Amino acid sequence: MKKLDRNQIAARVVRDIPEGAYVNLGIGLPTLVANHIPKDREVLLHSENGILGLGPKPAPGQEDEDLIDAGKAPATIVQGGSYFHHADSFGMIRGGHIDICVLGAFQVAANGDIANWHTGEADAIPAVGGAMDLAAGAKQVFVTMEHLTKQGESKIVERCSYPLTGVRCVTRVYTDLAVIDIKADGLHLVEICAEGLSFEELQKLNGVPLKWKAAA
Amino acid sequence: MIDKILQSPAAALADVPDGATILIGGFGNAGMPSALIEALLAQGAKNLTVVNNNAGNADGGLAALIAAKRVRKILCSFPRQTDSWHFDKAWRTGELELELVPQGTLAERIRAAGAGVGAFYTPTAFGTRLAEGKETRNINGRDYVLEYPIHGDYALIKADRADRWGTLAYRKTARNFGPIRAAAAKCTVVQVRETVALGAIDPEHVVTPGIFVQRVVQIAALRKVA
Repeated sequence: MKKLDRNQIAARVVRDIPEGAYVNLGIGLPTLVANHIPKDREVLLHSENGILGLGPKPAPGQEDEDLIDAGKAPATIVQGGSYFHHADSFGMIRGGHIDICVLGAFQVAANGDIANWHTGEADAIPAVGGAMDLAAGAKQVFVTMEHLTKQGESKIVERCSYPLTGVRCVTRVYTDLAVIDIKADGLHLVEICAEGLSFEELQKLNGVPLKWKAAA
Repeated sequence: MIDKILQSPAAALADVPDGATILIGGFGNAGMPSALIEALLAQGAKNLTVVNNNAGNADGGLAALIAAKRVRKILCSFPRQTDSWHFDKAWRTGELELELVPQGTLAERIRAAGAGVGAFYTPTAFGTRLAEGKETRNINGRDYVLEYPIHGDYALIKADRADRWGTLAYRKTARNFGPIRAAAAKCTVVQVRETVALGAIDPEHVVTPGIFVQRVVQIAALRKVA
């Protein structure tokens, strides 16, 4: 079996981002999604610290300390982009104006619950940022993650054991093995991404039952 | 004649009492009013409640206030940073209380304070441990959590330009929480790069009208601009 690498997962997500979409990308793997959006597709990236029309990283020497992204890294703004304050920015999120947000996760449950902000360890420094707002507010919540933990356990689970970020909000999961939709009646396999992986093998790794209407 | 411009950060913060709640602007270093935080450190007020998105980086600014044991409680969304060692230590020893607030809820609680809203229902954090013990309500089939405003005694923020009436314009993502913090505090102190004549900021481009600002201090710019 040949799994997708992080860039391949990001490229797969881009296939589902249509022209004209307002999109928020989380830190880590989701950030890679921006690198794969075709130049001729107009997609506006939202950065929760007050940018609509987030651009690529600045060239060395062109950094501006007043212009950063949500991960606090130097950023740019595209022609036609805008700046706004935090309450407006999160109004865009909570108010249902963001079409898609892409988040990383520790676990996603079959009912759409997501856990991505806290490991549950008592002495871990907690930090939530905008994750709960994005989970609750974006029209579609995409999750990108490796399908299995280092111990080989599925991160797609019946019920999350880590503290929740949001409930019943994830709509689609992109992993190094597969793309899976979360619907009211459970998990639907959209496609297998890993080369040489059968549905039966994926089902065994995934743990939670998958529905699959094999292509006719 | 109205003139909100003061000559030094020290003069602008001289009356901050022990136990004050202070809304500090900035997201990371963008919009962080460093000169005002340094002045607050020198001024000596203690037992402070601080509201910021983060909980300090490295050894300067808010981190220095925490290191000096001047902060009793902090409300923020994202304290964990690779260089938040002063926060980490103070939180682990229990000497610093943390109220962790989702970033959008933090912004809206501050906005609500400035706008005179007594409380509001938000979908954010419903069903999570950050909503534990809070009142919830189902409205039109959706679940919400009741949240209350965050008022400040002082707001310390950074803007790009101000006139003597306290009219403000910001620069790029340094705006972040500035406008809503300005409205939510009894006394808003603004660090600006430049003070300008009345009318120099086009009324169409004013972000914070002077009604939300009490004191302005000009600090010579050291920032690097592309």
